[in-house]
Amino acid sequence: MARSGAAASRPANLTKDSARSHSGGSLSREQKLELYYYMRLTRSLEERLVNLYRQTKVVGGLFRSLGQEADAVGSAYALDRSKGDVLSPLIRNLGSMLVQGAKPNEIVKQYMAKGDSPTRGRELNIHYGDLERGFIGQISHLGDMVPVMAGVTLSFKLRKENRVGLVYVGDGATSTGAFHEGINFAAVQRCPLVVVVENNGYAYSTPLSKQTAAKQLVDKAIGYGIAGEQADGNDVIATYEVTKRAVDRARSGGGVTLIELITYRRKGHAEHDNQSYVPPGEIDRWASGNDPIDRYAKRLIGEGFDKKELDAVDVRVKDEIDRATDEAEASPMPDPTDALVGLYADPPVVAPLWFREGIKSAVDVHERPSSWGTHDV
Amino acid sequence: MSEITYLGAIREGLFEEMERDKNVFCLGEDIGAYGGAFKVTEGLMAKYGEQRVIDTPISEAAIIGAAAGAAHMGMRPVCEMQFIDFISTGYDMLTNYVATARYRAMLPCPMVVRGPSGGYVRGGPFHSQSPEAAFLHTPGLKIVYPATASDAKGLLKSAIRDDDCVLYFEHKYLYRRIKEEMPSGDHLTPIGKARIAREGKDVSIITYAATVWKALDAAEQVDKEDGLSVEVVDLRTLLPMDDDAITATVKKTNRVLIVHEDTRTGGVAGEITARINESAFEWLDAPILRVTAADVPLPYSPPLEDYVLPQTSDIVVALRKLAAY
Repeated sequence: MARSGAAASRPANLTKDSARSHSGGSLSREQKLELYYYMRLTRSLEERLVNLYRQTKVVGGLFRSLGQEADAVGSAYALDRSKGDVLSPLIRNLGSMLVQGAKPNEIVKQYMAKGDSPTRGRELNIHYGDLERGFIGQISHLGDMVPVMAGVTLSFKLRKENRVGLVYVGDGATSTGAFHEGINFAAVQRCPLVVVVENNGYAYSTPLSKQTAAKQLVDKAIGYGIAGEQADGNDVIATYEVTKRAVDRARSGGGVTLIELITYRRKGHAEHDNQSYVPPGEIDRWASGNDPIDRYAKRLIGEGFDKKELDAVDVRVKDEIDRATDEAEASPMPDPTDALVGLYADPPVVAPLWFREGIKSAVDVHERPSSWGTHDV
Repeated sequence: MSEITYLGAIREGLFEEMERDKNVFCLGEDIGAYGGAFKVTEGLMAKYGEQRVIDTPISEAAIIGAAAGAAHMGMRPVCEMQFIDFISTGYDMLTNYVATARYRAMLPCPMVVRGPSGGYVRGGPFHSQSPEAAFLHTPGLKIVYPATASDAKGLLKSAIRDDDCVLYFEHKYLYRRIKEEMPSGDHLTPIGKARIAREGKDVSIITYAATVWKALDAAEQVDKEDGLSVEVVDLRTLLPMDDDAITATVKKTNRVLIVHEDTRTGGVAGEITARINESAFEWLDAPILRVTAADVPLPYSPPLEDYVLPQTSDIVVALRKLAAY
């Protein structure tokens, strides 16, 4: 176990089962390199977003998954896109969306509130989805996607489709009523659903010890009568393997699995959060001793991969992000009156209010304060 | 005395009431050591400790329900919704349990549910909501929504001392953008009393919260450009509504514009219009007009949000239409 520097508030050591060695034996050489690619893409894309944020080109808040790339990527990689599996991410699961086919240009456009972003400027950050590619966008209300994914996977069951669903929640979301009701219903219905509880130690500023009195979140599985497993979320292979077992279980009619992935949130809740509540040294310990990308790169080299192969991935990632950024920067902001489109299927457009008839834009430039953005509010 | 912000005024009100009454305690997500998402409760835990400033799990139903239980027993809890958008998760507790408790079971619920509300901040559909109308329709709740820093403090202190549940909406756009010197002493703003924010004789604007400031800007503009004298009424409390103040301004100007940031259909403006029809119809010289948000979820992108939310220029258009009627 390479879990160095765990916070005092964190759960006890991983269960025996999840501490066993992970061979990744079922993965091909190409797949192993692909895991590295998705983790690197996640991190570098977020780093690019930080640059754009500092240039005030990101309109709202910015959310990072630094140090958690392995859990998002490894778990999503266990799904089978060719079978039509569907996932629903949470705010630290950009990596899982990339695995399902989300594109860097979409992410940058979302953050920049562009008119040709996947939500046409209506929603923020990674709050978007695509049923074709198999991911459903979250909302801000935590836990809400658990009942939704219970319903998605219920439809698989009712139609006798061979598909599996996966939903991410954080340690914080396990305290919500929606989480409880959703997982319970899915359990009763034996839906083909995997619930990944991404335990990164903090919900905003709240440590796990103030979120739950349970010793470990995987214990919640017992109460719901479902399978529960725990794994090292910073080991991408371990994350993949534990999720693969759950996916196989779900696909073969074994019902719901709750997986607790132990990881650590190295950045604040969002970019404005200075993490004043984190004990000194804790972040550094995780960064220096348990970085998921460093660990995986070391492992790949140990398995005979050439460093040049990894470097080539890094170059490819940078190139993709450069192109995505250029495209997003050149994209237009939405047309103001697009705000009235698409509330209902019928009518497709809401009529403008009487004082806006014939008006294309509501606000003169002088009415807009210079300090727009949620981070300064 | 120096000026403090709207946010600082809320914080000062919390400190004063915590100090005055040991039954007052706060509960919410990240309100303790972190001081809240917007730092409203900063310093509160350091002074009053973890017993009276409780960091809760992410569980709005538990926050509101537990507050009700403690309130039954004589405590005066102040609940923070991290963003008011999350009050929906506690809607059942508020409307079914809290709002009915005194009436059906003689159980008092002297509690406050407060949280950052409103848009104009690029917060998108889940960090910008104006949920007041959803609760206006629930007998048993009170609703206040201050527009000024002194009212932010005075209404919070009154809400904490009120013997029923008060929903206290605070506008996040105003948090650090307006400042005011606080009235001296134990400053209380009465619940249920509107305020004349600007005297006028030609047209009345009835509004509350952030749009009070847009109404004042518009009033200034039409005064300069059209010579129109506009009265601006800041409701401050939405439930119970100050009918006397509404009727008085109608009788004074005979023309009424209602402005709110919330969406149009089923909004507060409809209720005010109905009340004026009942109380002062014969005093009207023009139909009552509304400037509100369009009936869509609030979008994130600046051009979209600006289009959906009411702006000063919209109020000017409406004032001119009313004056010319």
